[in-house]
Amino acid sequence: MPIEFLIFLTIFTPALVGGLNLIFIKKPNVRDTVTLLGALITFYFSLIIFLGFEGQATQYKLTTIMPGIDISFHIEPLGIIFSLLASGLWILTHIYAIGYMRGAKEKNHSRFFFFFSLSIASVMGISFSGNLFTLFLFYELLTLITFPLVSHKGSTEALRGARVYLSILLGTSIGLQLLGIIWIYFSVGTLDFVKGGILNGSFGSLELILLVGLFAFGIGKAALFPFHRWLPAAMVAPTPVSALLHAVAVVKAGVFTVLKVGVYIFGVESLSVSEATDWLTWLACFSILFASLIAMTKDNLKARLAYSTISQLAYVVLAFSLANSLGVLGGTLQIVTHAFGKITLFMCAGSIYVATKKTNISDMQGLGRVMPITFLSFLVGAISIIGLPPMGGSWAKWFLILSSLEADKQFVVLVLLISSLLNIAYLLPLVAKGFYLDPIDQTEIRSFKEPSALVWLPPAITASISFLLFFNVSYIRDFMINFGLVG
Amino acid sequence: MASEIKQGTLELVNHLPILQVITPMLLAPLLVVLNNKTLSWLLSFLGTLACLFISFLLIQAVSDGSIITYYLGGWVPPIGIEYRIDAANAILLFLISIISVIVLIFSYTSLHAEIPEEKHTLFYSCFLLCLTGLLGVVATADIFNVFVFLEISSLSTYVLVAQGAYLDRRALSASFNYLIMGTIGATFFVIGIGYIYMATGSLNMIDIAERVSQLGDNKTIQAGFAFIVVGMGLKLAMVPLHVWLPNAYTFAPTVVTCFLAATATKVALYVLIRFVFSVFNYEDSFVNELFFLLLMPLAVIAMIAASVIAIFKQNLKKLLAYSSLAQIGYMLLGLSLMSQKGLASSLVHMVNHGFTKAALFMSLGAFVLNTKNVYIKSLRGLGKSMPFTSAAFVIGGLSLIGVPGTAGFISKWLLLEAALETGYWLVAIFIIASSLFAVIYIWKIIEVLYFSESSDSYNEVSVLTLLPISILALFCIFLGINTSFTVDVANMATEILFK
Repeated sequence: MPIEFLIFLTIFTPALVGGLNLIFIKKPNVRDTVTLLGALITFYFSLIIFLGFEGQATQYKLTTIMPGIDISFHIEPLGIIFSLLASGLWILTHIYAIGYMRGAKEKNHSRFFFFFSLSIASVMGISFSGNLFTLFLFYELLTLITFPLVSHKGSTEALRGARVYLSILLGTSIGLQLLGIIWIYFSVGTLDFVKGGILNGSFGSLELILLVGLFAFGIGKAALFPFHRWLPAAMVAPTPVSALLHAVAVVKAGVFTVLKVGVYIFGVESLSVSEATDWLTWLACFSILFASLIAMTKDNLKARLAYSTISQLAYVVLAFSLANSLGVLGGTLQIVTHAFGKITLFMCAGSIYVATKKTNISDMQGLGRVMPITFLSFLVGAISIIGLPPMGGSWAKWFLILSSLEADKQFVVLVLLISSLLNIAYLLPLVAKGFYLDPIDQTEIRSFKEPSALVWLPPAITASISFLLFFNVSYIRDFMINFGLVG
Repeated sequence: MASEIKQGTLELVNHLPILQVITPMLLAPLLVVLNNKTLSWLLSFLGTLACLFISFLLIQAVSDGSIITYYLGGWVPPIGIEYRIDAANAILLFLISIISVIVLIFSYTSLHAEIPEEKHTLFYSCFLLCLTGLLGVVATADIFNVFVFLEISSLSTYVLVAQGAYLDRRALSASFNYLIMGTIGATFFVIGIGYIYMATGSLNMIDIAERVSQLGDNKTIQAGFAFIVVGMGLKLAMVPLHVWLPNAYTFAPTVVTCFLAATATKVALYVLIRFVFSVFNYEDSFVNELFFLLLMPLAVIAMIAASVIAIFKQNLKKLLAYSSLAQIGYMLLGLSLMSQKGLASSLVHMVNHGFTKAALFMSLGAFVLNTKNVYIKSLRGLGKSMPFTSAAFVIGGLSLIGVPGTAGFISKWLLLEAALETGYWLVAIFIIASSLFAVIYIWKIIEVLYFSESSDSYNEVSVLTLLPISILALFCIFLGINTSFTVDVANMATEILFK
C-alpha cells in the first residue's frame, strides 16, 4: 500500500470509529466491539508504517491552503514511535474504559467514546504532520475535542475544570505558539519539518531566545511552569481520559511537539551553538522540582499523579533545552517509558475508584491486601516513573544524565537525582500504606475486591511492558540511530 | 488589460455589470404590483439566484486581473456613468449575492414568526431595494452614483430594521437612531463628494484620480477626503461612530440582521477602500497620516473594547453585534496598515467574516424561533435537542475565534503576517488578545448549549431552516481549507488597487 494512503488510514480509522459510536448508540456491546476493532486496526496500520519505514523523508501534500502553507504529512522516527505508542495504548485503555465506564456508572457512553476516538484521530494527525501548520491544526483540534471529555460529568466542578483546561491550552497556543509560527513563516517562508532545522540563521540570538520562549510556553500541552494549571484541572475527567489523554496522548502530544520543533525547526546543532535554550534548562529544572514538591502535598491520588506528570513532562522540555542528540534520545525514551508507567498508575487509581469509590490516599490503608494485583501494578509503574532498574524508566533518566553531562550542565544531574528521591517520597507511600497498614474500617474492607478483569488487566499489562522495556530499550535506540535522529 | 466592451453589441455577457444591479431593482416594484406573499418570496429568491449567477460569471471574468467596464446608456465617461468591475468589487458582489440567496431561503420559514403576513410583500420589496443599493454601490465607478445607491440601500435598511417592531417596539427607536446617524453619515459623504467635484470638476473615479494627481497638495481635496472618511466611518460603524449598530442588529428581524451583518458594513468599508486607492492617491502623506494616526488606533480600540464588552452581554444578538464591531476593527486595521498584505487580509476578512457572522446570527435565529428568547439562559441544553443548529453555531464560533481549519483562521493569519511585515509588533499582540477575548464570549455560549440541563425540550428546526444554516457553516470550513477563491482573488484585487 502506498505510504500516504497508510497515513490517511491511521487518521481516518479512529475518526470513522468515532462516527460509528454515534450510529450504534443503542447497542453498547456492538459499539464497544467496533471501537476495539478500530483500535486494533489503527495500531496495525501504524505498525505497517513502522515496518515499511526506510528513512524516506518525502512530504505527502494533501492540499495547499495558501501558497507556502500546506496540509502535508511525512514519516520520521519520532512520529512513528508516538503513533505506535498512542494507538497501542488506545487498545488497552479502551478495554479498561469499557469496564470503568460501566463499573463507575458514568453516563453518555456514546458521546464519550465518540470524542475519545476523535481525539486519537487528531493524535495520529499530530504524529505524522509534515509541517508546523499541519501540526498546529491537529494540535488545536485535539484541545477542542478533548474538552467534552474533561467536562463529561457536566457538574459545576467539571465545567470549571474544563474551562481552565480550555483557556490555558487555547490561550497559550493562540497567544504564543501561533505568533511563533507566523514569525517563522514570515522570516523563513516555509514551515516544513526538515532535519537540522529550517531557520538557517535568520534569527538573531535575542530573537532566537524569544522564539524558543514562544514555543516552550506556547505549547501549553507540555505543561511547563507557569502554564501547568490545566493538567490538575483536567483531572475532573473520567479516569480513562486521565489515563490515556492526560498521561499519554495530550501531554505527550505537547512534549512530542516540543521535541519535533527542536529537531526539525530549530535544529539541535544550531540550538546548541546559539545557547538560546540555556534559560529553559533552568526553568525546566525548576518545573521538575516544584511540581514534585506540590505532588507531595496532595492527598487526592489523581491530583498527585497529575503533578507528578507535570514534573515528568518537564524532563522532556529539559531534554529539548539540553540541545544535543543524547537529549533527543533521552526525551524520546522519557515519552515512551513515562507513558507506560503513568498510564499504569492512572488505571490503578481508576480501578481503586471503581472498586471502593475512594479517591484520597489517606483512605486507602490496607487496600493492597484485597486488591493485590492493582497495588502490585502500581508499584511497578511507580518504580518505572522513579527511574529505578529493572524498569524501562531508568533508561530515560540514564540518557538524560549523559546528555546533561555532554552539555556541560552538571547541576542538571543533581536536579534529576533529587527529583527521583522526591518521586519515591510521593509515589511509594501509597503502596506501603496499602500493604502494611491496617485498614481503618475492618468491616468495610471485606466488602472490597478487585473489580472486573476488564479493569485490572490493562494496568497489569502496561506494568509488565514497563518491565520488558528495561531489557529491550536498545530497539528504540537503534531505531533512532539508524535513521539518523541520534548521532 | 481592460477588456472594454463594444458599445452597441447585444451580447449578454457585455451587459453583466448593469444586469447585476438592475435585476433586483426591477423586481422590487413588480412584487408590490403582484401583491402575493408566496409569489414575492419566489420572485425574490429567483432574482437573487440570478444575481448570484451573474456575480459568479463576473468573478470568473475578472479573476485573471482584467477589468470590465460598462457605459450606462452608451454615454462615455466622464460625462456618462460608468460601471467598472474588477477583482476587488467582484468578490464583494459575489458575497452580497450569495448571502442574499442564503438569507432568503431562511426567511421562508423565519419571517412568519416575526412579521405579519400582509407585510411580507413589502418586506421582500424592501429587501430587494436594499440589495440593489448594496450591489450598485459596489459596481459603480461614479462617485455620485455611489451616494445614490448608498441612500437606496440605507433608506430601505431603516425600513427593514423597523420591521422588528412587531416583536419588540424598541426596534422603532433603534431604526430611528440608525436613521439619524446614517443620514448624518450620508450628508458628510455627499459634502465630501461636493468638495471633490469642486476641485476636480469630475465625478468619474478614474478621471478624478488623474486630476487629483495633477493637483498635488490640495486643501479642498483633503477636506473632501476627511468628510468621506467620517461619513463612511459612520456607515461602517467605526468606533466611536458605532452607536447605531448594536441596537439595530439586536432589534431587527433575524433575516435582516443576518443580511446586514454579512454585507452592509462591508460595503461601506469597500467604498472607503475604493476611494483611498482609486480616487485619491494612496501614497499621499495626508492619507497615510490620517490612516496611521486615526484609523489604526481606532481599529485597535474597536478590536479590544468591543470584544471585552461582548463578554459581558447576556443578550446574544447584542453580544454578536459587539463582536461584529470588533471584527470591523480587524478589517479597518488591515486597511490602515497600507500594505498589499494588509489590504488583502482586509478583503479576505470581509468575505470570511460575512459567512461566519451570518452563520452565527442565523443559527441564533433558529434557536430563537424555538425558544422565543434571545438571552443566553434560554439556550440551556439545546445542544442535545437541536444538535444540527448547535453544531453550526459551534462551527461559526470557532471560525470567529480563528481556529485553524476555519475561515476565520485564514484572515487572522493574513492580518498577523501583514502586521509583522510592516513591523507593528504591538498591533500583532492586540490582534491575538482580541481573538482570546472571542474565545471567552463564544465559549460562554457553547457551555450553556452543551453542558447545562434544560427544563424544556424543543424540536430541531425544519429542514428548510436548517439548509441555509448548514450551507453557511460549510462555507466557514470550506473557506478555511480552500482559499483559492478568497485569497487569490484578494491578491489580484490588491494588485489592481495598488497599481
